Amino acid sequence: MEGDIVQMGAYIGAGLACMGMGGAAMGVGNVAGNFLAGALRNPSAAGGQTATLFIGIAFAEALGIFSFLVALLLMFAV
Amino acid sequence: MATEAQGSEGGGLVFHPMDQFMVKPLFGDGAVGMFTLTNVTLWMVLAVAATFALLVLGTSKREIVPGRTQSVAELAYDFIRKMVEDVAGKDALPFFPYIMTLFMFIVFANFLGLLPMAFTTTSHIAVTAVLAMLVFVTVTVVGFVRHGVGFLSLFWVSSAPLPLRPVLALIEVISYFVRPVSHSIRLAGNMMAGHAVVKVFAAFAPMIALSLGVGILVTPLSILAITAIYALEVLVAFIQAYVFTILTCVYLRDALHPHH
Amino acid sequence: MASEAKAAESASGLPQLDFSTFGNQIFWLAVALVVLYFILSRIALPRIAAVLAERQGTITNDLAAAEEMRTRATEAEEAYKKALADAKAEAQKIIAETKAAIRQELDRANAEADAEIKARTAEGEKQIAEIRAGALDAVKAVAADVAGELVAAMGQKPDGRSVNAAVNARMKG
Repeated sequence: MEGDIVQMGAYIGAGLACMGMGGAAMGVGNVAGNFLAGALRNPSAAGGQTATLFIGIAFAEALGIFSFLVALLLMFAV
Repeated sequence: MATEAQGSEGGGLVFHPMDQFMVKPLFGDGAVGMFTLTNVTLWMVLAVAATFALLVLGTSKREIVPGRTQSVAELAYDFIRKMVEDVAGKDALPFFPYIMTLFMFIVFANFLGLLPMAFTTTSHIAVTAVLAMLVFVTVTVVGFVRHGVGFLSLFWVSSAPLPLRPVLALIEVISYFVRPVSHSIRLAGNMMAGHAVVKVFAAFAPMIALSLGVGILVTPLSILAITAIYALEVLVAFIQAYVFTILTCVYLRDALHPHH
Repeated sequence: MASEAKAAESASGLPQLDFSTFGNQIFWLAVALVVLYFILSRIALPRIAAVLAERQGTITNDLAAAEEMRTRATEAEEAYKKALADAKAEAQKIIAETKAAIRQELDRANAEADAEIKARTAEGEKQIAEIRAGALDAVKAVAADVAGELVAAMGQKPDGRSVNAAVNARMKG
């Protein structure tokens, strides 16, 4: 009984943790969208900034990956 | 335990999304010791062999007008060299072989891990943590060797107002020590997440064998989803290697030029 | 159940957190990285750098050769243009000379012809003057004769000298 409750809590927690991925999605979308807006304004400067774009996306995405990791930990390791 | 419980809930579908990451001995079923030949060994050796084939065998003819393999090798060389020069600066060029090693290893480990039945070495936190710690230690040592105590000015943001500086310094120090953590978990997490999602969709694919009514809808959908996620994973495999390398360059720049 | 799960952990937990395999992974990673580093830094990267440098050298050489060729072509064109201009100038000179020679010849012929014409004219005029003079004498003689005859016809003896004098006086008048 007690273990079932723990497991239930873990699964609910895993589901809640997955909400963080929505935040990461918004962050990545924000980065890419703003890059596109800037690139359309000044296309000649866009080429040199793709590295920055990828770094920004990677940073934003990493936080989503962290929440996914928490979900995995709750499901498989707790 | 948890996987089995989930599997029984799935009505006969078997979910083992994490089994692909298990470290197993290549020969026999014994325990995994320090020097046991495991699937980790196999896929790391394959990554090294692939790099060797591309960069050494591919360029063995030393053609002035390069063939296909040599073009790719030169492309990789130019790509990383330009990255090191542009991001970390010209004085970072002595570290170019080191960064190239990291990049080639990660990119081949990622791509080889995408093969069916393969083992993704870079999805293991133990592996990426070592890679990230290597970078962290290198950067810190280089910083202190080049600038001595002056390296600590990296944490003292001189462009900020004076009362804010100690707070900023604290934040900078914390973020400096979080670097290897995020550096390693980003790579391992990305690789693990994508592969696990592919496996979850793959577990839905045999639904048609269990129930024709549901399966006729679910099976094509899941196969389509596997294809889409797989394409995304090919992209992610490269981008994560790229990001790992470029972040290494960024950290190296901080070590070489701490006064920002 | 949680404790059971913990007990059976190593089998079904996250393989990434199975610490018993960490040593193995780290060892093989170190081996792989060291091998890869030596392959890259000893063989692959110097070789690719050499190939790229060689290609750069070849390209530079070819460009220099092309530049030289271009210079030579320009020079050849210059020489051709100069030769053409020279030839044109030569032709112009020859034409001018020929024209001058012809003109000279023509002038000389004209002058000769003019001189001839003048000589002939003078001769003609002289002849005309002679003829005219001859005619005057004849007229004088005829007039004297006619005057003498007239005088004789009128029954007088003509005096030759006075007739001549009268005729001369008339002729002058």
